[in-house]
Amino acid sequence: MADYKNFTVETDNDGIVLVTWDMPDKSMNVFTEEVMDEIEAICDATRGDEAVKGVVFTSGKKGSFSGGADLSMLNGRMERIQELKDNPTEEGMKELFEGAGRMSWLWRKIETNGKPWVAAINGTCMGGATELALSCHYRIAADSEKVKIALPEVKVGIFPGAGGTQRVPRLIDTQEALKFMTTGSPMDASKAQKTGLIHEVVAADDLVDAAKAKLKAGEVDPEAPWDKKKFRAPGTPVYSGAGSQLWPPAIAILRKQTYGNYPAAEAILKCVFEGLQVPIDTGLTIEQRYFTEILRTTEAAMMVRSLFISLQELNKGARRPDGVEKSKFKKIGVLGGGGFMGAGIGYVTAKAGIDVVLLDRDAESAEKGRQHAAGIMDGRIKKRRATEADKEEILSRITTTADYADLEGCDLVVEAVFEDSGVKKAATESAEAVIPDGTIFASNTSTIPISSLAQNSKKPDQFIGIHFFSPVDKMMLVEIILGEKTGEKALATAIDYVRAIGKTPIVVNDTRGFYVNRCVLRYISEAYNMLVEGVPPAMIENAAKMAGMPVGPLALNDETAIDLSQKIMRQTARDLGDDAIDQRHMKMVDELVEKGRLGRKAGKGFYDYPEKPAKKHLWPGLKEMFDQTAADSLDVETLEERFLFTIAIEAARVMEEGIVEDPREADVGSILAFGFAPYSGGALSYIDGFGAKVFVERADALKAEYGEQFAVPELLRDMASKDQSFYERFPVGRKAA
Amino acid sequence: MADAYIYDAVRTPRGRGKKDGSLHEVPSVRLASHVLEEVRDRNGLDTSKVDDIIFGCVDPVGEAGGVIPRAAAFEAGYDFAAPGVQISRFCASGLDAVNLGAGKIAAGSDDIVVAGGVESMSRVGMGMSGGAWIFDPSVGLPAYFMPQGVSADLIATKYGFSRDDVDAYAVESQKRAEAAWKDGRFDKSVVAVKDQNGLTILDHDEHMRPSTDMQSLASLNPSFVMPGEMGGFDAVGIQAHPEIEAVNHVHHAGNSSGIVDGAAVVLLGSDDAGKAMGMKPRARIRAFTNVGSDPALMLTGPVDVTEKLLKRAGMELSDIDLFELNEAFAAVVLRYMQAFDIDHDKMNVNGGAIAMGHPLGATGAMILGTLLDEMERRDVNVGLCTLCIGAGMGTATIIERV
Repeated sequence: MADYKNFTVETDNDGIVLVTWDMPDKSMNVFTEEVMDEIEAICDATRGDEAVKGVVFTSGKKGSFSGGADLSMLNGRMERIQELKDNPTEEGMKELFEGAGRMSWLWRKIETNGKPWVAAINGTCMGGATELALSCHYRIAADSEKVKIALPEVKVGIFPGAGGTQRVPRLIDTQEALKFMTTGSPMDASKAQKTGLIHEVVAADDLVDAAKAKLKAGEVDPEAPWDKKKFRAPGTPVYSGAGSQLWPPAIAILRKQTYGNYPAAEAILKCVFEGLQVPIDTGLTIEQRYFTEILRTTEAAMMVRSLFISLQELNKGARRPDGVEKSKFKKIGVLGGGGFMGAGIGYVTAKAGIDVVLLDRDAESAEKGRQHAAGIMDGRIKKRRATEADKEEILSRITTTADYADLEGCDLVVEAVFEDSGVKKAATESAEAVIPDGTIFASNTSTIPISSLAQNSKKPDQFIGIHFFSPVDKMMLVEIILGEKTGEKALATAIDYVRAIGKTPIVVNDTRGFYVNRCVLRYISEAYNMLVEGVPPAMIENAAKMAGMPVGPLALNDETAIDLSQKIMRQTARDLGDDAIDQRHMKMVDELVEKGRLGRKAGKGFYDYPEKPAKKHLWPGLKEMFDQTAADSLDVETLEERFLFTIAIEAARVMEEGIVEDPREADVGSILAFGFAPYSGGALSYIDGFGAKVFVERADALKAEYGEQFAVPELLRDMASKDQSFYERFPVGRKAA
Repeated sequence: MADAYIYDAVRTPRGRGKKDGSLHEVPSVRLASHVLEEVRDRNGLDTSKVDDIIFGCVDPVGEAGGVIPRAAAFEAGYDFAAPGVQISRFCASGLDAVNLGAGKIAAGSDDIVVAGGVESMSRVGMGMSGGAWIFDPSVGLPAYFMPQGVSADLIATKYGFSRDDVDAYAVESQKRAEAAWKDGRFDKSVVAVKDQNGLTILDHDEHMRPSTDMQSLASLNPSFVMPGEMGGFDAVGIQAHPEIEAVNHVHHAGNSSGIVDGAAVVLLGSDDAGKAMGMKPRARIRAFTNVGSDPALMLTGPVDVTEKLLKRAGMELSDIDLFELNEAFAAVVLRYMQAFDIDHDKMNVNGGAIAMGHPLGATGAMILGTLLDEMERRDVNVGLCTLCIGAGMGTATIIERV
């Protein structure tokens, strides 16, 4: 057979062809146009060869089958779609439709080629690769925890468009199928077998042999079950009594989870619903039509860009300075390691396989940090996400001390002591006395400018901010704060560290509140505005969630604590004058604090927190603090916009001030840190989605109606006049993937 | 344009809509043919002169499918010249059948129309006709689809009706229905269902529970907590009405309409046709209309359609002497009375579907007859009949005695 660039093809004496996917220069197999061309060539060659009895398709990469679509292919595809979207012609639409169906019909060609194919899944199997496996006639997976089978497309605003929505519900229970595709969560090998998604699980070493044996025994039917006359899907018929128990709640629950903001998730339901009523080929065409439609949505364009392409680029260190040697971390010191943030930092570091020294004022305090890690692991064990051995391993990496001398040999020190300049100064000086000369010192401060803290250091070029969010183990974003004198080595080290612990770094220049907290304050402030206007509290919370925010602003404020808000507002008033804060807000916050309504920690804030199992509910007294406006006279879409606009405008201001320089960081940061409407692609993409001109017009209207928080920065007006997007205004220096 | 007049109204008693209900043995078509026979016989109707038989039926499948009024006309022995058509506007179908008939008469296409409806809920089952509204994600999402009970609870939550409010309404409905039966107020319309030997199968509304009191209702658990919470429908309602933090589930079997079997017809005709047949008109159809309303609240259509109808007819609320609103759920009636500030003394004075049941496609024709009978008994002139409807619609008709 011909030579392939991405595959080795070997035929054994039994006429069984082993196709091994092993792309050169890639750590993981991905779909490119070339890969698809070669798969098609392999299919054609084997189909026409009488000596061939069957095909085993596997991967040559250890622990992974395929990661799905390639970044650059998807990027190119999305750009072409945007071009066609702006000029929708019948011809352009056809081109899009054909392109959207390319992979689907190639998989169908394999399914109907007449020779049996077996997918031998040795590890991670994502997206298009899962769909390829589904079109094979037999699926066999290695008994390995590396095997994760998923159709995660929905997470980036698209959906399984290469037969996934048709074959999954023809293989497994409808409800299970919908859940699998609308959540994008992976199944491990045993779950996949139990549900019926795959046929067999064998020891990893036997994978290819077992696949071949199956073919040799003639036990693989080259005709898919759904191509047989009497085929019936495993789920209940759509229009039936049982169907009436399934579909209406499935639709309601989708709305509950997505608030109608995710067209791709809705398309999955539509594809399955319509597809189950027709033969497979018709179903694939239906899926292709919806897939074409979804690829054309703003949501898909923005989510693919931010949550697939930009996120991966940032995770690969897009902002890391070249020419600095990659740091390796063996041991890291955490000052204030017994505190909540310090302990969290210690845990995520130990979990990444790095030794941690938790230092605190005495041994007992430091030990609390270790207990924190033990507590998290106990929770994971309870949920069967970890074992006792995992816990022991992590705890074995954490040592606790009150002695600065124990920091010796640390590759990095992270300071997370109390937010007080004096305390931080002492900690910095004590640490610098013992750590090696070249060690980078990072502060986790959330409120004090890095440049001023760097004055405590003898080596301000090695001083940097690494700002974690709470809870550290769950929040995926880390802000890296550059002080005036922070050097390149410090930046590179900080990025390397954040990557080492599996989080996403964004680089932020020094300012009060950095990037994330400035936006969050705007979010909460707009909720305060609504409260004093008399918008019913539940409507404030629901409007925010309908806008796509994960947590209502009042619930969020209860978590961050209302007395902290009071402290910040008072500090702001002291620093910048009374006009810098809204006195109506101050009055409300003072009143709440006076009543002891400090937030969740006090058991009462904007919400009441009754004992479980009762749920938290908004404090009824809130409605009595302000004259209430009739709900039916309020436009909920305007409320939704007010939240997103005030945050997006703040993000634009942050770009104008040069605090964040790369729009990818502003976008990804806004989603990972505070869940800014992910369907929008992030706070800047939200503006790009409108177009600067439309956005500015709308913002001006909101400003006239609701106030200065909607005043747009000059940058946006300039972009509007030039019809520019953020990604045009701030071109992204893209490194090779 | 000719005015349309009501010459008569006939209904079956309502049988409990379960396998142990008295009318469970009677096929849908026989319920329908029974009222067709009765309206013919007691009016001496020449059925060769019937221009149309319009029947509402919400689940026209299986035995109720295939244009049931045509089938019923055969069984009733109507002249072959009398055609039939089956319609559905869900719960208002029976009243829409009347309105459609009145419209055909007014348009001059028909002179005599028999209009009504039939539903054997015990035999066919609720929801058996399926439909994209319920099942199809492309419809369910924009339609804020949810079970009607959750919508009723949403209405109670939004407009502030407590569990005690809805239960008290239900107790009153039962009391009024019992008093009305005792007083013989349904005698004019109700015709016992008999077998082929003349033996009575059912001669009264058997769903009623006159002993109902607040205490007995308090023991019932709300019916829609599960679909609301587990099925995600509370969230759907809240997204449509985001000022609501949590849906207060107050409805249960005791304060919702009963599931029953039954049929009803109204005999309609032009003035000339009535005279030619020697019949005396009892009332004139003065105005009618339909409206689409908020699909999440779903059952507030009567408020919207009443506003629309009064405006179209150039009438005031005070022109209406008596109201009949189908008691699909207690909160539906409470919201209607709240919206218009109507005294309960003018509203559903003889009880309603909470006590006597709601045979979907037939109810509209049934309660129009109930309204007319009561208008005559009280000697008042103008009455308004309306029903709430699935998917958020409303139908209303104003009649006037002549």
